[in-house]
Amino acid sequence: MSTSQSFGATNAALPGHRLELGPDTPLHLDCGVDLSPVTIAYQTYGRLNAERSNAILICHALTGDHYVAEEHPVTGKPGWWQELVGPGRVLDTDRFFLICSNVLGGCMGTTGPADVNPATAKPWALDFPVITIADMVRAQVRLIDHLGIDQLFSVVGGSMGGMQVLEWAARYPHRVFTAIPIATAARHSAQNIAFGEVGRQAVIADPEWCQGAYALQGRRPQNGLAVARMAAHITYMSEGALHRKFGRNLQGRELTYGFDADFQVESYLRHQGSSFVDRFDANCYLYITRAMDYFDLAADHGGILANAFRGTKVRFCVISFTSDWLFPTRESRSIVHALNAVAANVSFVEVESDKGHDAFLLDEPEFHATLSGFLEGAAEHRGLPRGGR
Amino acid sequence: MTTSTNGMGAPSIRVDLQLIADMVEPNSRVLDLGCGEGILLDYLNRFKRVDGRGMELSMAGVRAAVAHGLSVIQGDADTDIKEYPSGAFDYVILSQTLQATREPKSVLEHMLRIGRRAIVSFPNFAHWRVRLSLLRNGRMPVTETLTYQWYDTPNIHLCTIRDFTALCAELGIEVERAISLDSKGTIRFDAGGRFANWLGEQAVFLLRRR
Repeated sequence: MSTSQSFGATNAALPGHRLELGPDTPLHLDCGVDLSPVTIAYQTYGRLNAERSNAILICHALTGDHYVAEEHPVTGKPGWWQELVGPGRVLDTDRFFLICSNVLGGCMGTTGPADVNPATAKPWALDFPVITIADMVRAQVRLIDHLGIDQLFSVVGGSMGGMQVLEWAARYPHRVFTAIPIATAARHSAQNIAFGEVGRQAVIADPEWCQGAYALQGRRPQNGLAVARMAAHITYMSEGALHRKFGRNLQGRELTYGFDADFQVESYLRHQGSSFVDRFDANCYLYITRAMDYFDLAADHGGILANAFRGTKVRFCVISFTSDWLFPTRESRSIVHALNAVAANVSFVEVESDKGHDAFLLDEPEFHATLSGFLEGAAEHRGLPRGGR
Repeated sequence: MTTSTNGMGAPSIRVDLQLIADMVEPNSRVLDLGCGEGILLDYLNRFKRVDGRGMELSMAGVRAAVAHGLSVIQGDADTDIKEYPSGAFDYVILSQTLQATREPKSVLEHMLRIGRRAIVSFPNFAHWRVRLSLLRNGRMPVTETLTYQWYDTPNIHLCTIRDFTALCAELGIEVERAISLDSKGTIRFDAGGRFANWLGEQAVFLLRRR
């Protein structure tokens, strides 16, 4: 297991493709820094057609990565969208060329704070520049350029992935034919920034964090990161789902009158926390949650969200879930309102589910039917051959 | 009340929907308010090659429409119509929904603000069966087109053909074409006249800004 190693050291052994951006092509970041060199780790599924018109970029969420539809190299678990991706599935690998890259600032191969800063030969840690959602998308644009694709058939993603989708549609409208933001928002709410701060403070309060320089000292703030994950995990579920799964069920036969995990829900959360630290870096968690906090698409367009989409030809499909209280339907609705204000082509569905925010990762037939119907309709408009179903 | 296109060519949709579809020029931009599962939109997409959008209040309708590849959003015609910019569409359609809106006058005005033309269909409360039923029984009429009891009807703003014509005149809206249908669904009269008001069970109006 990789628990005692720094993440940067293990990355070279990870499966998948890599794009290296050299010193002559630095990445211009929002904070003013020109970042170089940059590695972008990515995976692809399916084949690019001769017209290069069948590519779909999948944008992963906060703690996701580019192992969308294959066994995860660290955890051994199935890919996070395995349900959706494959031959004959909603994201049909027989029809589409699917691309997913690890986000900038991530810890699964793309350059981030856990990697070694070539200027100092030490891990970047807190010397890594603060990145934004727009920066993540800039890195993806480089990748799409590298793959020789002028226009993506679709950009799709949930949660933070949905933020990237919105950023793509707003900033590179001519390069996307359709955009599918799922369970997301055009700006991070005060409540979500607050949750992010709790997570970050849990990491920072861990003495093993060492002002971010833990890798250099051979230490790791596992407890802090686990607590951050536990708190966040609650926000990904719904009260209904937690109740259905655990209720007040006990681990043992009776209360222990102590502070061990008496309740099953406690034990579940502890497991979520401890397994997370095996595959995620604490500083990456700080940087990526920060990027989400900074996201405010309207602010980048004179305070009016509609301005972000003026004149857009992109076909949108906005999807939310009834029990999602982290990115509730009203956030999606405000995106739809802005798109209506510019008479954009938009579909909007609120899927009924009691699974909370995580519903976009789970087997939700109505969600899959919506996605598949939208893609089918759009493929017809794009002149792509019909699907087998 | 649903009929559907059979997808293979020969379409079959409800007569009033067919009347509406016939009023739409090919390759135009269309917004269908209260589009349900998108039967009309689907027809217009296929046979008129329109750039079609829909709005529907019921999520079940929206899900079915989007899963069918149509551009439909969940929304309330009364409020959400205000967001669209002026002149965004060639046609704004309101089929069998006017009587269920909270502010039919405002909805009509917005339809002709955002669309060059509007197409409106509604049940005619002055149809002779309705009149006779009220006269004979002294109870709120329940007919083939007005199927609800008074206490559970979504139709809160019922009107007659003459009422609607008068409202158009008041708002300075030009009636370009008006058709009324009788209970067998066949076209009988040009609406506007007194006969149409007696004999038309429902009416379809093509309207334009004056």
